[in-house]
Amino acid sequence: MSGSAFHRFANPRRFLRLADATMPWLAGLTVLGFAVGLYLALWASPPDYQQGETVRIMYVHVPAAWIAMFAYCWVGAASAASLIWRHPLADVAAEAAAPVGAAFTLLALVSGSLWGRPMWGAYWVWDARLTSFLLLFFLYLGHWALLNAFDDPQRGRRSAAILAVVGLINVPIIKFSVDWWNTLHQPESVFKMGGPSIDPSMLRPLFVMALSCQVYFFLVTFMRMKAMLLEARRQNALYRVPRAQAVARRTAESGRA
Amino acid sequence: MSSYFAMGGYAVFIWPSYALAVVLLVGAFVLAARRLDAATRALEGDEAGEDTDPAP
Repeated sequence: MSGSAFHRFANPRRFLRLADATMPWLAGLTVLGFAVGLYLALWASPPDYQQGETVRIMYVHVPAAWIAMFAYCWVGAASAASLIWRHPLADVAAEAAAPVGAAFTLLALVSGSLWGRPMWGAYWVWDARLTSFLLLFFLYLGHWALLNAFDDPQRGRRSAAILAVVGLINVPIIKFSVDWWNTLHQPESVFKMGGPSIDPSMLRPLFVMALSCQVYFFLVTFMRMKAMLLEARRQNALYRVPRAQAVARRTAESGRA
Repeated sequence: MSSYFAMGGYAVFIWPSYALAVVLLVGAFVLAARRLDAATRALEGDEAGEDTDPAP
């Protein structure tokens, strides 16, 4: 994002206007997308010639893993923006998105495990892809723990932001783990040189589900950001009144003395 | 129909994957919606001069 675009939407009031304008569309698209996606994934797509019906787990597992990593990049980028520009909206963006990303990470881990048992004969193996993805989940947990670890929320936000930025190194490790190490996990079959090696009848449900998860991510993240901004606005208003009264009282007392 | 739900013998792996997806995504949405609703009401309550805070 260019600097000017960042600063445009970095204004909380502008962001609220953007959120209010887009949230109904995002909600509609999420419902429509998942309706079409589930129909394609569970009904209108064929079983795989090798994996049989278990290929249907892919339509949950792969989009969940993609959005888990996208969400982490969002949290990392927002955290970097918070550390560099000290803009409060960046903190809100990171804090709002992280639990959504953690949910997608958990979903990718569990659905992958449920896919691994029938296909590999094991729910879990400590190979590079699975281990680096488990680390992603722990990064989300650590981020959340640091946010809540300090009495001073600002210190918590800074510590969590530093962890999130450092943890970004794990994202390319996850992506390339299947190339760099020998692993049970299958290599990249969608975004690769020479085009996808998956049949269109399976790519279609995969992309519709992935797009729906992406739109869902923006919907819930925007809802959480808006809620957090309204909470902050209320906090400021509640503190402002007593502070103004205290200042007035002190002025009156010093006038009397 | 029951052969559809059997998923070629893989039902115990496929349906829990979809069930967890539904639980997590619907759950996160409901939590976000309730938090947003509470924040909106609290702010409106303040502006209307009501005491919306729960009793201590």
